[in-house]
Amino acid sequence: MAGLTNVAHGVDVEVLKKDFPLLAQEVNGHPITYLDSAASSQRPRQVLDAMRDYEETTHANVHRGVYGIAEEATRRFEAARVAVGRFIGAPTPAREILFAKNATEGLNLVAHTWGRTHLRSGDAILLTEMEHHANIVPWQMLAEERNLTIRWIPIDDDGALILDDLDRLLDGVKLVGVTCMSNVLGTLNPVAEIARAAHDAGAVVVADAAQSVPHLPTDVATLGCDFLAFSAHKMLGPTGIGVLWGRDELLTTLPPFLGGGEMILDVRKEGFTPNDLPWRFEAGTPPITEAIGLGAAVEYLSAIGMDSVRAHEISLTSYAMRTLTERFGDDIHVFGPKDPAHRGGVISFAFRDIHPHDISQILDQYGVCVRAGHHCAKPLMRRLGVNATARASFALYNDESDVDTLVDALAETGAFFG
Amino acid sequence: MAGLEDLYREIILDHYRSPRNRGELPSPPAQRVEGFNPLCGDEIVVTLEVSNGAVTDIKIGGTGCSISQSSASLMSAAVKGKPVAEVRDLIRTFKGMMSIHESTLPGQDTPEEAETTEAQLLDVNSLGELAALQGVVKFPVRIKCATLSWNTLAQGLDEAESESETASA
Repeated sequence: MAGLTNVAHGVDVEVLKKDFPLLAQEVNGHPITYLDSAASSQRPRQVLDAMRDYEETTHANVHRGVYGIAEEATRRFEAARVAVGRFIGAPTPAREILFAKNATEGLNLVAHTWGRTHLRSGDAILLTEMEHHANIVPWQMLAEERNLTIRWIPIDDDGALILDDLDRLLDGVKLVGVTCMSNVLGTLNPVAEIARAAHDAGAVVVADAAQSVPHLPTDVATLGCDFLAFSAHKMLGPTGIGVLWGRDELLTTLPPFLGGGEMILDVRKEGFTPNDLPWRFEAGTPPITEAIGLGAAVEYLSAIGMDSVRAHEISLTSYAMRTLTERFGDDIHVFGPKDPAHRGGVISFAFRDIHPHDISQILDQYGVCVRAGHHCAKPLMRRLGVNATARASFALYNDESDVDTLVDALAETGAFFG
Repeated sequence: MAGLEDLYREIILDHYRSPRNRGELPSPPAQRVEGFNPLCGDEIVVTLEVSNGAVTDIKIGGTGCSISQSSASLMSAAVKGKPVAEVRDLIRTFKGMMSIHESTLPGQDTPEEAETTEAQLLDVNSLGELAALQGVVKFPVRIKCATLSWNTLAQGLDEAESESETASA
């Protein structure tokens, strides 16, 4: 079976894998089978080259120098911003794309700026039971500071949000935080439907898109959210940079986040005047090399086409779910939606009663990299009634042979623990 | 390269499959302590009875991986009935083992600080079956799994001691 559908949907994995230097190596005497892209993805040569070229030929601080390389550095940095904005359909990318350290910092930025200026004692925030800690803890910190209440949209046993009571839950809510795609269950949430109801109730919507932007076509107008955060390192880019998109009309009204250079127009002894968008939210020298790497990652993904990436991952996810069930029957339980069209390529599973740590340890002996743990989603773990899960997650460079290797290594794991 | 057989010794798998002293003692009178491994979500509940300067009974609850569960099971068997002072020595020796071998592996950081230099002088052979866990140090991520129950027990002994001091004061 392996290999037969690799060329389907315009993604030729065999060719594409060659772009990723790390995937050529062996681990413990086996070719590496990297199935942890939901935690961090690998980088293609094109991204590494763009970063290296910038470092070797063009590096200077941005927005300051009037000499040649400084102007070119600024041009490349701002071009990356616009490319990222177009990638998610931002109406005014040069103003609405804010570079942060990662998605987590982007979400904290919303809590510190929008949250502090709009939320008062007694207001409510609505989150979902499947949020990553990054879209929970900033709100809990703010709730403690401002005496806010936090409500939760529950999930059903298939890992889908239960929206029957949404209107009641939204009563008195000023902000809704929702993940576009669960990093544990793979669930794709109906963000547009939630955003419509939230806006009717007078709330703004903050979408955590860290898992969805790397794997699906993203259009902020279709999603209907007001803020959207994601990280470069999960979408073939480097660590150290993330993105917060916000509606121009909202960002314009917000106070700065961190203070320092770059974010000001003027500073006097008496005070300061903040800079225009987007620099108002980017204090200090930004991650320039990383922004250029992210720009190259966006270019790489766009060349393949996000529709093709999504089609490839649906096909791979459905192969994986089918193969795991055929091989292991009741010994395996995959969490989350059964229908691959309703989920991303994230497969969290329980295998017999073997602890995820032990599964991951044995799989490593076969070169198979999967994650074991609570995936920074402890409220969800409690809802699922587990301490931890093992999680295999796919990206465009995975194919059916990777799934076959996982399944064979799992069989060995089962044999090892008897 | 460290092989799986270094980690999953037969004694370890035996204690994982058939954990000793499993359960919880009624608390009070037993001392009840919970330990968490924030990295993996494992949790352990140690209940122990301390009387006349000895650990007269101990039970282990909670959930975790084979290493944390077997380490807890081996620990419970090793300390039950032992004088508190001896148990504290054992904790020091065990934690020393979890760092001594680490420091002899080139190019790796010591994840757990050695408690005392004295601990390093103690004989690992005195640990008996517990020495089966020494292969864990070759897998640095798993050291916290192995030491979770021991840190929890140490906390339990401290609490039992401070409570008895309060009671006698």
